[in-house]
Amino acid sequence: MSRLIDVENLTLQFDTDEGRITAVDDVSFSLEAGEVMGLVGESGSGKSVTAKSLMKLNPRNAIYGENTKITLHLEDGPVDVMSLQNDREMKIVRGGSISLIFQEPMASFAPAISIGDQMVEQLLIHTNFSKAQAKEVSIEMLDRVGISDPSTRFGQYAFELSGGMRQRAMIAMALSTKPKLLIADEPTTALDVTIQAQVIDLMKDLVSEFGMGIIFITHDLGVIAQTADKVAVMYLGRLVEQGTVRDVIRRPAHPYTRGLIAALPTLDDIDAPLTPIPGDIPSPLERPPGCVYNTRCQEVVGSRCSTQVPAFYQVQPDHAAACHIYDPEGGTE
Amino acid sequence: MTPKPLILAQNLSVHYALRGSIIGPAPFVRAVDNVSLEIAPGSFFGLVGESGSGKTTLGRAMLRAAPISKGDVLFDDGEVAYSLKNLGKKELKEYRKRAQLIFQDPYAALSPRMTVRDIIAEPLEVMGLTKSRAETDERVREIAGKCRLNVEHLRRFPHAFSGGQRQRISIARALVSGPKFIVADESVAALDVSIQADVLNLLKAIQQEMGLTFLFISHDLSVVAHVCDHVAVMYLGRLVETAPTRTLFSTPRHPYTQALLSAIPSLDPDDRGKAQKLEGEIPSPTNPPPGCKFQTRCPMAIDRCRVEEPVLETAGPEHNVACHRWKELAN
Repeated sequence: MSRLIDVENLTLQFDTDEGRITAVDDVSFSLEAGEVMGLVGESGSGKSVTAKSLMKLNPRNAIYGENTKITLHLEDGPVDVMSLQNDREMKIVRGGSISLIFQEPMASFAPAISIGDQMVEQLLIHTNFSKAQAKEVSIEMLDRVGISDPSTRFGQYAFELSGGMRQRAMIAMALSTKPKLLIADEPTTALDVTIQAQVIDLMKDLVSEFGMGIIFITHDLGVIAQTADKVAVMYLGRLVEQGTVRDVIRRPAHPYTRGLIAALPTLDDIDAPLTPIPGDIPSPLERPPGCVYNTRCQEVVGSRCSTQVPAFYQVQPDHAAACHIYDPEGGTE
Repeated sequence: MTPKPLILAQNLSVHYALRGSIIGPAPFVRAVDNVSLEIAPGSFFGLVGESGSGKTTLGRAMLRAAPISKGDVLFDDGEVAYSLKNLGKKELKEYRKRAQLIFQDPYAALSPRMTVRDIIAEPLEVMGLTKSRAETDERVREIAGKCRLNVEHLRRFPHAFSGGQRQRISIARALVSGPKFIVADESVAALDVSIQADVLNLLKAIQQEMGLTFLFISHDLSVVAHVCDHVAVMYLGRLVETAPTRTLFSTPRHPYTQALLSAIPSLDPDDRGKAQKLEGEIPSPTNPPPGCKFQTRCPMAIDRCRVEEPVLETAGPEHNVACHRWKELAN
């Protein structure tokens, strides 16, 4: 496999009326071509802004940290995403090498333009296809994602499709430009379970067929277990754990990941009590000092948890957690 | 013998008229169609189904918040008995004290201009349940305490609270009039996983402490499995299966229930792709298929399913299933 993207020290703040909010704090990860990374976290953990940063798609009041470096490795050489300035330069990442699927497909399609016209438009921008070729490719993609009667659907509007169909059309549109990296932001959250299962299957097929990298953002660990190769867990803007999907789900190393898995109702043992994580997620305006999770953590090892930001420690090969309990020096109070 | 049901739905239908075409009769949606259901007092009754299955409408009909087109819902808590179809205005007001709703979205359900104290006290004032402000305050404090809200919280406005806390405020508001029956409609769906367990545990604790009966509407089968003692599965306005929770999850009989269960993504990364996949989507309730409503997606459908609608049959103790083929498929 070849390296697809490197994200180093991504820090992102927003200037708001209430002050400067840190949304993402020193996040680093990388992804190989053909790899699926699950980005897990609860609301406000910064997973969506992290993903949007890869295309510099955040609002104007966003301030990227000085040390932030995002490198996209394309066939023609590496692209430094942070250095891209205007919309023209940005075309190479936005919709070109990177495509984005949103949670709510109804909001992602323009309501007054037919599905087909929207698909053709982006192909004309990002490829050298003629209009007729673009139409042909679009219909082929609609067929590929399992939409019946694709040439009729091509002329229809978003409101004429059901939720599952719309999400399929969204996937068809995102993939028709043959992106290197697909960011899927909660693509199945608004769908019913039976439809979710269909969409997950479809995405798995497409990964093996197109060989692109996927960043799959979700709060649902079950969906992650079914789709991802590796997992990154975020809490309040920080990455707290990274590892292969088996390691993170079977042997979660960070107390937050452990808490999250314990809080999850499963069908294996319906009599098991549900164990919530005590307390609430703090407001991003009141980020706790030290480890961001220390206000809710059940495994606090001393005052350093509330004063010192933990480094990433390797717990196994390819599995790391940002928690003081893994500090080999230990007990240096 | 099972106790007298608190809620008894008899052949209940809720039909909504659609804006009619110029020619022909006005079309209507059968949101709930011929549903019969018993909810025993003190039970935590789960109602599951996908969007468009009619579960919210059924819950609302049990609160008389949706029009009852055919059939009836009987409420009997031992003190009073009502036939919901024929409730007078005064009786309906009385019924509201005994049956309450907890909404899905804790952000939309609370007025941003009222303090938490006023939000919780409002039902008491509207229903005239307390005689003085002091009495209201006492009642609010008592119920807030049960929902783990302190006196300091009561002075603040909803925007100062997180999703989990807001849902606890909604719960307190629903409980303050001393109801017997609570409909909780997707009450934890908008909450994060780490908070969801906390609210579920609170609902269970309150139910046991106050002897309440819950109708818990949810699309999330794993949540239902953990909190409910009885479950009903709906599809396109019909009940397809009802059973005690343990029975439903260990021996689901309806192909739809089986498909729903297997569609839940497993937490085991090595258990991929074994799920039994349903094709297609839920049909529009304006134009339901003939015969069994599930036949268009059912992998087991035979000719009979396409013409004759199955009725609920007994498949075991308190276990009912509406499928022509459940018996032969069980072996």
